[in-house]
Amino acid sequence: MTNHYTDIGNADAVLIMGSNAAEHHPISFKWVLRAKDKGAPVIHVDPKFSRTSARSTFHVPLRSGTDIAFMGGMVKYILDNNLYFKEYVAEYTNAAFIVGEKYSFKDGLFAGFDAAKKKYDKSAWAFEKGEDGIPKRDPSLKNPRCVFQLLKQHYSRYNLDKVSSTTGVSKDDLLKVYKAYSATGKPDKAGTVMYALGWTQHSVGVQNIRLSAIIQLLLGNIGVAGGGINALRGEPNVQGSTDHCILYHILPGYLPMPHAGWAKLEDYQQANTPVSKDPLSANWWQNRPKYVVSLLKAWFGDAATPDNGFGYDWLPKIEPGGDYSYIFLFDRMYKGLIKGGFIFGTNPAQSAPNTHKVRKAMDKLDWLVVGELHHTETSDFWHRPGVDPKDIKTEVFLLPSAQRGEKDGTISNSGRWHMWHYKAVEPIGQCKPMGGAVVEIMNAVRKLYKAEGGTFAEPVLKLDWPAVYDPEDMAKRINGFFTRDTKIGDKEYKKGQLVPGFPNLQVDGSTSSLNWLYCGGYSETEGNLAKRRDLTQTPMQAAINLYPKFSWAWPVNRRILYNRASVDKNGQPYNPAKAVIVWQDEKWVGDVPDGGWPPLATGKGKYPFIMQTEGHAQLFGPGREDGPMPEHYEPAETPVKTHAFSKQLNNPCMKVAESDMDVLAAPADPRFPIVLTTYCMTEHWCGGGETRNTPPLLEAEPQQYVEMSPQLAKEKGIKNGDVVIVESARGKVEAVAMVTIRMRPLLVQGKIVHEIGMPFCFGWTTPKCGDAVNRLTPSVGDPNTTIPEYKASLVNIRKADKVTEL
Amino acid sequence: MPKAFLIDTTRCTACRGCQVACKEWKNLPAVPTKQTGTHQNPPDLNPFNLKLVRFSEHMVDNKVAWYFFPDQCRHCLEAPCKQASSVEGAIIQDAATGAVIYTEKTAQEDFDVIRGACPYDIPRQNPQTKQIVKCDMCIDRVKANLLPMCVKTCAMGAMNFGERADMLKLAAERLAVVKKTAPKARLLNPDDVAVIFLVADEPKKYHEFAVAEGPGAMTRKQVLAGAFAPFRRLARAMQG
Repeated sequence: MTNHYTDIGNADAVLIMGSNAAEHHPISFKWVLRAKDKGAPVIHVDPKFSRTSARSTFHVPLRSGTDIAFMGGMVKYILDNNLYFKEYVAEYTNAAFIVGEKYSFKDGLFAGFDAAKKKYDKSAWAFEKGEDGIPKRDPSLKNPRCVFQLLKQHYSRYNLDKVSSTTGVSKDDLLKVYKAYSATGKPDKAGTVMYALGWTQHSVGVQNIRLSAIIQLLLGNIGVAGGGINALRGEPNVQGSTDHCILYHILPGYLPMPHAGWAKLEDYQQANTPVSKDPLSANWWQNRPKYVVSLLKAWFGDAATPDNGFGYDWLPKIEPGGDYSYIFLFDRMYKGLIKGGFIFGTNPAQSAPNTHKVRKAMDKLDWLVVGELHHTETSDFWHRPGVDPKDIKTEVFLLPSAQRGEKDGTISNSGRWHMWHYKAVEPIGQCKPMGGAVVEIMNAVRKLYKAEGGTFAEPVLKLDWPAVYDPEDMAKRINGFFTRDTKIGDKEYKKGQLVPGFPNLQVDGSTSSLNWLYCGGYSETEGNLAKRRDLTQTPMQAAINLYPKFSWAWPVNRRILYNRASVDKNGQPYNPAKAVIVWQDEKWVGDVPDGGWPPLATGKGKYPFIMQTEGHAQLFGPGREDGPMPEHYEPAETPVKTHAFSKQLNNPCMKVAESDMDVLAAPADPRFPIVLTTYCMTEHWCGGGETRNTPPLLEAEPQQYVEMSPQLAKEKGIKNGDVVIVESARGKVEAVAMVTIRMRPLLVQGKIVHEIGMPFCFGWTTPKCGDAVNRLTPSVGDPNTTIPEYKASLVNIRKADKVTEL
Repeated sequence: MPKAFLIDTTRCTACRGCQVACKEWKNLPAVPTKQTGTHQNPPDLNPFNLKLVRFSEHMVDNKVAWYFFPDQCRHCLEAPCKQASSVEGAIIQDAATGAVIYTEKTAQEDFDVIRGACPYDIPRQNPQTKQIVKCDMCIDRVKANLLPMCVKTCAMGAMNFGERADMLKLAAERLAVVKKTAPKARLLNPDDVAVIFLVADEPKKYHEFAVAEGPGAMTRKQVLAGAFAPFRRLARAMQG
């Protein structure tokens, strides 16, 4: 989230799209209701009428995978009706930037496309720069090649007719949403966007979020109280684990993963340190080298020296352009290229797409270590239904894990609040916190290396590795230390002192930090700030429900990111009643400002979007894999053969796994005419490995179901409560039919398209509850993130003649 | 001072935190359930589910309405079940809080009579112990100055608990707000119960026994329960 949970209550309009907030992020909804109490319309756009819809002002059903068409229409509406916040757009976004002459967009494809590689040459989208090296700008926004005009042109095609026939949303409903939400384009109004996996899990996932950001920027809703792009992360600590690089493409703190093309630290630093010639641009990532070196110092301690690139030489390096995400990891496993590995706290044999393939892939392993609370479909894949354990050679080790209540540690909530949680009870039996297990295993490996030596021993032996796992010690290491006596400005720091905030991190090895974003969260004087539960605030902070002393938020305890965009060039808030920061008596008060520079009008200021190289928010985003502006493409499996926006049916860059088990239905495939979307639920956590073993939760939601409209049920001769078979090109799943008016047939291109929805939490290790719905979903991913397209695929449905799974 | 709940169904998201927390606090076992085509599960109150969120779907003016009703004992001010009771000390009312409490002695009651006396169809019988059970207002918690578990767990402001006067005030305030968009909104039997529901539509759309419609049903049952109680007590005494 750019903002945070308690801030949602400040919104003048709430758009919940790609999220079922009330069910999947219940606490967020407490603040949605606060906004609604004050008169904010709460708008829920989602294929299914859910518990969120029940409490929203109105619900609008749309076909899965058509969010870009829906939002593209909103961009057109905002521009056509002059509803955008002109000063904000002109000053704080790149609307005025001139795009180079190489840029073009023709029939669904942007300039620079290489069809053979399914990749763009992004240099074709570059901004035109002046002799000073600064992008040229036209503040009047009239230049035909300025971003604003290109945006206008791009979305001019997204008229109500096309959008309605694509999304299945009536024109009245489209206008109702556009009107209600774009009313927040006024300087003193704010709208918040709440999204989750309903936007990300598409072959256009990243562009869904990009387009919502474009809307928010046009309306001046970023940086302000009650605004923002708010990714609801949630209980599996998605925020914290992303910050600490659970994904393959980054190191902790969003530092790119080293690849073989960057052999030396200098290569890496050069490639990843952006340069801006504009003196008014903070270009914060120019500091990246400091964070990289501090991370390396935290990993390798005294062994990290300038001679060995501070240990960079010892890091594993991926292939340039290599994809090591779930989909391709299991693809390699399926092809016999992976011998063994560790799986902690995740259940891919249940929650990865095309689960039949994933389960078969695991059969190819020699060994597997699983750290879990309970037996799961992953730990027990070797005796799954239809398989003889004698045929499976894999040796599986199951390490019992401690549950959250059995360990100290932190969770980072969606609002980036770093919060300590305390151990309530001792772990039972031999259970250990995962950190404890990892520390012990690595110490055993190090002992073996020390005794026997081994190939490439340095990365193992040179690690600054703790003898025992201590969460408090880990929190300090994440914050970081001075590695020697250091003087910064006129302040002196002693070796071993905690670094007070990332502006103090150094590139010369004098500081360490396991994650620069969290630097400042553990203070020499105030201790572990994640433990703070102090509710004191100033009246100004109280007016926007901001609690600066409750826990600690990254970065530097800033609660609302890009908050300098909430003020004009003189540092005065656009909405004085809900001011986030204000320039008063030569200083900023309120939230921690995004950089302490004085207001822009003083001439000593910096543009507010400090993480962007040129300091401006990107309406035009030339860094994404699949285009600088979002464009509607159909999901990989789509019920239509063509669409109204171009001849390019699918995302030209989407990632598709290829194997004998990766079969896709053809566009408008008559065998699979129904759209399937999948989701989690309130009562179960993700794949359900933990909650299916929690009896009161299983009692509330005991078995796999499929939600479908009465019209579809009638067409198929299915009655509420019947067991049905749902079938895709990849597999079959048994489910209990939940026939409900909450699912509605949609009119798409003049024909009825049915959509059904199924939860993904039920798996065979819990007897008679059903088995993985992901046996149906395809191994197709977004080109930027490879997140799988769980939210839209094609299936058919029929009444079951025989029931085995339920 | 008597206590009361306000259950504001217009804020309920049916997360069922109350339903689960109730079981957990009281250490009640999970019951085996099946998916039958609804999210409402278990299908009804039972000896091990004293709190149950009921779900009901309606098409109103071509718009979907999905109603949630976190059902539980209403802790009637003058409880018909207590009046119907024929065993001394089986059903008692805590003077301080107004909580209607079923004791172990309910095992000696005629279950059908007790259940029949309740206009909200709340009491259930444990088949093993024969005790009649229902919500006890978390009297253990309330006596320790803690909120009832269902209220403690509710983040939406649907479940509220406090002094009766305060709850009545809150109920009136919320009703006034809700009525602006839902003209049919009303409080259910606010003068007769300590657990006051606020609903936005006709109560029967939420649950068959959501409201006791007076003066008919409730008074009749009250009268009958009251009238026959002495005879039942006598009968039991004679049976030993």
